[in-house]
Amino acid sequence: MFNELDSTKPLPVGVRWVCAAGAAALTLTLVAMVFFAGAPASGLSGEVATRLPQSGVENPVTAVLLNFRSYDTLLEIAVLLVVVVALVPAGTTSANSADWFTSLRLGAVDPMSVGFAGLLAPIIVVVAGYLLWVGASRPGGAFQAGALLAATGILLSLIARQMPNFCRLPARLLLVAGLLVFILVGLIVSLATGAFLHFPQDFAGVLILLIEAAATLSIAAALLLFYSGLAQTEPAR
Amino acid sequence: MTQDMLYSICGLLLFGIGLYRLIAAPRILLKVLAVNIQGVGVFMLLVATAYPHSDPVPHAMVLTGIVVAVAATALALSLYCRIHELQAGSGTEP
Repeated sequence: MFNELDSTKPLPVGVRWVCAAGAAALTLTLVAMVFFAGAPASGLSGEVATRLPQSGVENPVTAVLLNFRSYDTLLEIAVLLVVVVALVPAGTTSANSADWFTSLRLGAVDPMSVGFAGLLAPIIVVVAGYLLWVGASRPGGAFQAGALLAATGILLSLIARQMPNFCRLPARLLLVAGLLVFILVGLIVSLATGAFLHFPQDFAGVLILLIEAAATLSIAAALLLFYSGLAQTEPAR
Repeated sequence: MTQDMLYSICGLLLFGIGLYRLIAAPRILLKVLAVNIQGVGVFMLLVATAYPHSDPVPHAMVLTGIVVAVAATALALSLYCRIHELQAGSGTEP
């Protein structure tokens, strides 16, 4: 019943030319609009620069992400969690829910990779911690650090031929920690300042670091779950 | 033509390539990849537009967008895998 959805038969040549012409026309229109629109307005850089000292961090991108527009980041972590909820059954249907790890159906691993991963993993973890910390003043932050941690997790999982079993309660807590800490901090500061996610200026830096640390762990766990959920699916055909 | 204009136009071209493949590619996997390429094009346009003013708001939006794009791709791929599992289960050749 899904054959129409995923056919291997290419479209007729004539239809493809029409598609190409349509896409090209739209693209050229957009290019012309960008080209002749002139210099874009200066945006919000002035406002951000004015308010930056009140944000608790020195990096304007982090200030926008975690302070000025923290709702965006909160909802983004919620989106990540929604996909996690959708993927948990896919990665765990065959797993015994009491096990900490589920094994992957992979071939033997060569000793060179094992040694190299052992060398690489601690370094990546330290770099991830550095990226999390440096996000306050320079490019970096929770997402970059989380992506690095997830990469380490995937590397180690492939070497060990095991994936964490995300059915276990601690693993699930790790997955929701980012959103949970974010909402709790938002509610607690609302007692002090009267508005959800309105950080008091003196504590903003510490609170942002706390949220980012929790978000880093959750993002890393979620990305690892995305990978393992897809890796444990039966290969197509 | 300034440098950021060049990047903007490259982003739009990526968007166009992705749009064509989204419509014309026969397989779902290729369509998912095409949507990702479209997304990269949009991110590139946003960053290039914000560059002359070093405006941090589009940069933050792109960071958010990348994470959402990864999540959406993971969901699409898992649905794709599920379709193939169902096909294998029902015994029909795709």
